[in-house]
Amino acid sequence: MTTTQPPTSGTEAAARRRLLPQVTGTVGPLGIGVAVLWLTVIVLLPLAALTVTAFEDGWAGFWDAITAPAALAAIRVTVGVSIVVALINAVVGTLIAWVLVRDEFPGKRVVNAIIDLPFALPTIVASIVLLSLYGPDSPIDIHLNATRPGLVVALLFVTLPFVVRSVQPVLLEVDHEVEEAAASLGAGNWTTFRRVVLPALAPAIIGGTGLAFARAIGEYGSVVLIGGNIPRLTQVVSQHIQQQIEIDRPVNAAAESVALLAIAFVTLLGLRFFAERTARKEMRQR
Amino acid sequence: MRVSRFTQLSLRTIALGYLLILLIVPLVLILWRTFENGIGAFIDSISTPAAISALHLSLLIVAIVVPVNVIFGVVTAIALVRGRFPGRGLVQGIVDLPFAVSPIVVGVALILLWGANGWFGGIESLGFQVIFGLPGMVIATIFVTLPFVVREVEPVLVEIGDEQEQAAATLGASRWQTFWRITLPAIRWGLTYGVVLTVARSLGEFGAVIMVSSGFPGVSQTLTLLVHSRYIDDHNTFGAYSAATLLMGIALLTLLLMTILDRKRENA
Repeated sequence: MTTTQPPTSGTEAAARRRLLPQVTGTVGPLGIGVAVLWLTVIVLLPLAALTVTAFEDGWAGFWDAITAPAALAAIRVTVGVSIVVALINAVVGTLIAWVLVRDEFPGKRVVNAIIDLPFALPTIVASIVLLSLYGPDSPIDIHLNATRPGLVVALLFVTLPFVVRSVQPVLLEVDHEVEEAAASLGAGNWTTFRRVVLPALAPAIIGGTGLAFARAIGEYGSVVLIGGNIPRLTQVVSQHIQQQIEIDRPVNAAAESVALLAIAFVTLLGLRFFAERTARKEMRQR
Repeated sequence: MRVSRFTQLSLRTIALGYLLILLIVPLVLILWRTFENGIGAFIDSISTPAAISALHLSLLIVAIVVPVNVIFGVVTAIALVRGRFPGRGLVQGIVDLPFAVSPIVVGVALILLWGANGWFGGIESLGFQVIFGLPGMVIATIFVTLPFVVREVEPVLVEIGDEQEQAAATLGASRWQTFWRITLPAIRWGLTYGVVLTVARSLGEFGAVIMVSSGFPGVSQTLTLLVHSRYIDDHNTFGAYSAATLLMGIALLTLLLMTILDRKRENA
């Protein structure tokens, strides 16, 4: 989800370009045209059609669609559950990353490998897998289907890797000497963690948590079976949108889709802004 | 910082316990449920006509989506890395958009563009049905997998630079020759990695595809739709478990391939 901006190689490259203005690699203007046309047809035009339809009846129509009681209830459920999921991920994800970096135990490599499993598994499989344990024929007699805890468990499953994988590399790089200095100055473990380790990890934790939240609000496949789709209780926005399409209310579906996209974009833009500010701060400290 | 033995063990227990109840026990349980009646029952369940047709449809979608994504993905990556044009930053952002869009929203957007009442609804009256047909499922899958090839090839192109390409051009190689002899061999592992991710996501996509598919068993059901309809419509829990296990096997294979490719790329 992160944009990998190619580093611009500065004045040297610029000078070379001036010397060889014809050479633009193996793709010239035609290639650029094809790429832009491709992205427009596949990505931009559908989203443009979505946005235009959402505002077909003007701002008022859009506002009425997303503030209709059922839509609002679905948005509340989705955002509420996603916040819970993001917070659990922030704590447990950091803890798992910690154990994977600082602890040694047999089978650690296997544990490290299975963290990525939720990303590799199709979401509908995640749904079925969790239902086999927490569904109607639960062997341990825990029944979470059609409850909000069921939604939380499903979303925790699919978002597990985000925080773990963003904190892990940072934790590997953290300077042990600062921690030892703090300890030698009489700081307890908790103080050292809170004052030294946590500030270093904070950007990674916040980044991973934000990505988990953005994923959770739009999730569909993993909650469709375990969630139960009960209006006002466990119906998430994506399920409500699908219902609006089924009863042929495309304008409402489009409006809710735009609202969902807006929440995701604000989250991701906020994260990018935050990441850039942190990077600038680090640059200044050096 | 040195944590006490007690703290260390508690943290380890919490972390492993969490992974156990969230990941491992459910996964083991579904495998057990699938194979408790023997491997024969599993094979019967995944070789019913509806299941075979679902597998065929899923593979057909992969067979169309992968070449399309490879061609346009490589062109897009080269254009973004080697091209200098106004709005390049914006185009970079557009490539990432599909990751931020909910699968259901993808479905709605495609219905509003390609559906009978959509902007391009006209082509449906010409007899080319996109929504509720194979083209819709293909386009939905392309939408959600679009970033993979571009994002895996881009960093490789940045790293190799364009000196060799320029040298080839100076020596009189045509653009095609330069691409086949210089660029393609250099990006091959990144490209393969992107293809593996694309295949995995294509086989596993559910939300976007269910929105644009008519969902008839044996006709327009992919493997993921089969899992869903067996559980919801047919109340065939065992059948749903078997189909899910099949998909899980494919996912594990993907994970294995990715690990191998990761090593190849590091050595390359």
